[in-house]
Amino acid sequence: MTHSLETLASLESVGKQYGAICALDEFSLEVRAGELLAVLGRNGAGKSTAIGLLSGRIAPDRGRARLIGRDPRDIAARRAVGLMLQDCELPDTLRVAEHVRLFSSYYAHPRPVVETLALAGLEALAARPYGALSGGQKRRVQFALAICGRPRLLFLDEPSVGLDVDARQALWRTVAELRSTGCGIVLTTHYLEEADALADRVVLIEGGRTLIEDTPTGLKARAAGTRVRARTALSLGQLAQWPECLSVHGVNGCAELLTAAPEALLRRWLAADDALAELQVSALSLEEAVQTLTTAASSAPAEPCVGRTRRALAQEASR
Amino acid sequence: MIDTNQTTPAPAGAPSLLRIHALEAGYEFLRVLRTPAFAIPTLVFPLSFYLLFGLLLGGQWTGLHKATYLFASYGVFGVIGPALFGFGVGLAIERQQGWLELKRISPMPTSAYFLAKIAMSLAFGAAVLVLLSAAAIGVGGVRMAGSQFALLIVVLLLGTLPFCALGLWIGTLVKGQAAVAVVNLVYLPMSVLSGLWIPLFAFPAIVQKLAVVWPAWHLGQIALGVVGQASDVRYGLHVLALLAMTTLFLALAAQRLRTH
Repeated sequence: MTHSLETLASLESVGKQYGAICALDEFSLEVRAGELLAVLGRNGAGKSTAIGLLSGRIAPDRGRARLIGRDPRDIAARRAVGLMLQDCELPDTLRVAEHVRLFSSYYAHPRPVVETLALAGLEALAARPYGALSGGQKRRVQFALAICGRPRLLFLDEPSVGLDVDARQALWRTVAELRSTGCGIVLTTHYLEEADALADRVVLIEGGRTLIEDTPTGLKARAAGTRVRARTALSLGQLAQWPECLSVHGVNGCAELLTAAPEALLRRWLAADDALAELQVSALSLEEAVQTLTTAASSAPAEPCVGRTRRALAQEASR
Repeated sequence: MIDTNQTTPAPAGAPSLLRIHALEAGYEFLRVLRTPAFAIPTLVFPLSFYLLFGLLLGGQWTGLHKATYLFASYGVFGVIGPALFGFGVGLAIERQQGWLELKRISPMPTSAYFLAKIAMSLAFGAAVLVLLSAAAIGVGGVRMAGSQFALLIVVLLLGTLPFCALGLWIGTLVKGQAAVAVVNLVYLPMSVLSGLWIPLFAFPAIVQKLAVVWPAWHLGQIALGVVGQASDVRYGLHVLALLAMTTLFLALAAQRLRTH
């Protein structure tokens, strides 16, 4: 990497409380120039709060948030940032190029409108009213608004929801290109292959704290596993006794097991059950891997938190 | 394709505030102009009501010039519509869509958002007044001194501000399309009860007494006074009432925007 590792944004031991719910506790995070950081976690884990604090949408109760060396709510700091929010619709009656031209005016040295449109793959749609676009095209307009001001730091919240495969690939190419020019990027996504393809670093948040911070490869290695499913005469209880079995549950009359040793498991299972049918073996998707990691974390004793986590509250409520 | 200047620290400096405000206002006007559900009723209703009640339906009022009286009162009705709808419905929808959220965390100066909506309200208000004036002078035979006419226009356009504030407050209370119904529920009854459609003297005494609570009545009294269709108008008190109401609506709206 030839570019500097200048810190663009940071959270320093921040805490954020919503009433009795502790959204983030003693949480720290850094985003550096030229890196793509993927923030993962399930709903309510604290992801959106972390992004909200970094981007100046909300202020921390404790600790400190910095953006380009300033308070994130400072307008000068915001001029160095581009954002794409998850739930955001633009006025329907304005045309694509009009939206881009207006948003570009907020920045001191924006890209020319045609360049922004080209980067977002919108040249052919420039004169189309926003309301006449498809869902994926609308996401591309929102992406265009995020990059029009030549941001040094880009926040992308679920950027590829609603995009078809081609559009997603094009978005990834543009994001990779921006990163190579020194732009820092913070990505939240449900598509873990997106994090896998793009991220230099992955932060997995759970219960308002950092559960794992690693490279995508490292994260995958931690959660390596295989899913084995079959119709079997054995009971779930019997299967759960096997040392190769990490977890088991019933799905549509079949038993589904997670294992780190699929070969050994299969030998044992085939030997034990002559009637075994509908056998399927598949690699754990990254999504399931993260699920597994967060589930393992939530069954461990909860760390004390000022207030209580959403998860703790949800568990309490379900009792 | 990407400018390689990116690798150097982002250039310092600030964009032109004047340009931001001008573009914001221009696009706000375009946005609304291209929304037929807003543009058509706003422009057409005051004119058609004026033509119907003021000019087509006969009847004389002793001591008053009906076409002039209703020119002033429908002028009030006409300018407060875009203010209430532009702010109330615009803000309610933009809040629901998450658009306001993105604008708030973007480097847009907050003033640009609000001044754009005020400018849009003024532009539509001015368009309504052009239509009404053409009907009043061309069809209704309304005659007044140029200075009197100019003063009326200034009063009416300045008078949109309390209704911008009221619309803003409504826009912070409700979300999405529900705001259309709420604004109509405020706009139409308030206009009738303030005597903008039919003069208040046609109403029961209780309605006449209660009119002081409506900002539209205060603006209506000033407008009627300017065109000589109301006597003993206490301008100072009406202006004070409008200023107080504006302050109240703004404070309520600011409170809502802070906590939500």
